[in-house]
Amino acid sequence: MQIAFRFFVGGLVVSFFAAIGDALKPKSFAGLFGAAPSVALATIGMTVVTDGKAYAALEARSMIVGACAFFIYGCLCMRLMAKRQMGATAVTVSALAIWLACAVGGWFVFLR
Amino acid sequence: MRIKFDVSALRRTRWYEYALRFFFGGAVTVAAGLIAKAYGPVFGGLFLAFPAIFPASATLVQKHETEKKRKAGIIDNNRGRKAAALDARGAALGSVGLACFGITLWRLLPRWNAGLSLVAALALWLVISLLLWQLRRMHFGKQRVVHGAST
Repeated sequence: MQIAFRFFVGGLVVSFFAAIGDALKPKSFAGLFGAAPSVALATIGMTVVTDGKAYAALEARSMIVGACAFFIYGCLCMRLMAKRQMGATAVTVSALAIWLACAVGGWFVFLR
Repeated sequence: MRIKFDVSALRRTRWYEYALRFFFGGAVTVAAGLIAKAYGPVFGGLFLAFPAIFPASATLVQKHETEKKRKAGIIDNNRGRKAAALDARGAALGSVGLACFGITLWRLLPRWNAGLSLVAALALWLVISLLLWQLRRMHFGKQRVVHGAST
């Protein structure tokens, strides 16, 4: 039941921020909403209720490392699409591996 | 260029594109919770900054821009790709705001009410992201003026 609720809230929040991004112009401004804290907003509230504020604060601290990985991911995607003439789907999906590598690397160095 | 909110752009997005984003967003949120349960909050927290929106939105930006040009009789795939690259630039700036969101929550959650901490963190994400976008625009605006004067 909790998983279904999490799925519904997560889908709703992500769709909401994505729709805002769709409607905004210019595209560099709309892109800001591509890095909206949608998963965090959907998750943190439920985490506070089920596991407490200290647990959620620990998750938020790790999120900083995940956001740094997102910065590298965003810069890489921009570079590949602008300079290497690669398609958006191929670039953004395959570069998720880079996000994961940077996030896990950051966790290993700073948080473990 | 001025910031605009174009509601008609929402009608260009098809129902299955909305459904795909809803499904993906829900799946990522569930996965983030399950990873935190299995490996602890320190590792699971990384996935709160997972790029859940960006891949789908960049794909849509490229697709819609290419379609728009095709309707106008222009066959040019580069336009769509460049629009998606601009979207990525914005996302990279937004990720700095996302880090500030995390810092704010990390510091405020143990002391403040959870709802208030979330609102403060969200406000800071928006302010930092807007500020960075504006600063970047001003910086590159100046560069264009200098280039224009020298040529």
